Amino acid sequence: MDKIPILKLGNILLVTIQIDMHDQLAIALQDDLTARIVSAHAKGVLIDISSLEMVDSFIGRMLGNIAAMSQALGAQTVVVGMRPAVAITIVELGLPMENIQTALNVERGVEKLQRAMEKYEKGTPR
Amino acid sequence: MSQKEPETIEIKISEDILRARQSVRTCMVDLGFSLIDQTKMVTAASELARNTIDYGKGGTMRIEYPAEEGRTGIRLIFLDHGPGIADIQQALKDGFTTGSGLGLGLGGSKRLVNDFEIRSEPDKGTQVTVTRWR
Ligand SMILES: Nc1ncnc2c1ncn2[C@@H]1O[C@H](COP(=O)(O)OP(=O)(O)O)[C@@H](O)[C@H]1O
Ligand SMILES: [Mg+2]
Repeated sequence: MDKIPILKLGNILLVTIQIDMHDQLAIALQDDLTARIVSAHAKGVLIDISSLEMVDSFIGRMLGNIAAMSQALGAQTVVVGMRPAVAITIVELGLPMENIQTALNVERGVEKLQRAMEKYEKGTPR
Repeated sequence: MSQKEPETIEIKISEDILRARQSVRTCMVDLGFSLIDQTKMVTAASELARNTIDYGKGGTMRIEYPAEEGRTGIRLIFLDHGPGIADIQQALKDGFTTGSGLGLGLGGSKRLVNDFEIRSEPDKGTQVTVTRWR
């Protein structure tokens, strides 16, 4: 079975979803990411979905799971590059997106993560 | 525009959901639907195909091209011979699931299409028909 590659950029993990995922691939990605956050001591995760032509409730649930589980491991997740037609559709579908941080593109996503990490470090008592 | 023939696709394994999405996308591009219309219908198809597998024990998706009152559209019919749905009103409610989903598939699909029809009989199966008009 093919896998979705996870790239490490400093303390950020970058996942670019380039293909229409079947369910097992989406589940494998969740598991792989959990392991990588821990082994790479990642503080942030960027998921680029700009190639995705649709997001249904299964993929939406997966994104929510990744956000929640990375949070529990001390890393923030930002979903970037959602297409306008996809955004319109998931609102009508009723996908809850409150718990998912988003940004326009990878660059903005990195900025968002860096700001979040700085804030986190300042707030941490030594 | 050339007349398109109806077709029926098997919906049995998870990869079939992908195939269903791709078929619907291709047909809608051919028919000249807008990108937003395409995205909505493909998303509804994905939800309903997954239900056919997860709850209906597998079945089929039929693609038809209705034409009436001067308008044309695309119609998808999901059919299975699984356990059926005892309480359809409850199944349509957002957040209701007997599995591990978000409970948005039926209610969400209904919002994403123009016409939505569901028929189900316990122990006989379920048929969900969705249509989008051009
Ligand atoms: N084809 C089907 N056969 C039997 N039950 C179904 C079928 N489709 C949907 N259901 C029932 O309706 C419920 C709601 O479906 P849906 O809105 O897609 O949410 P989810 O898939 O997240 O459970 C399902 O949990 C299931 O109990
Ligand atoms: Mg469903």
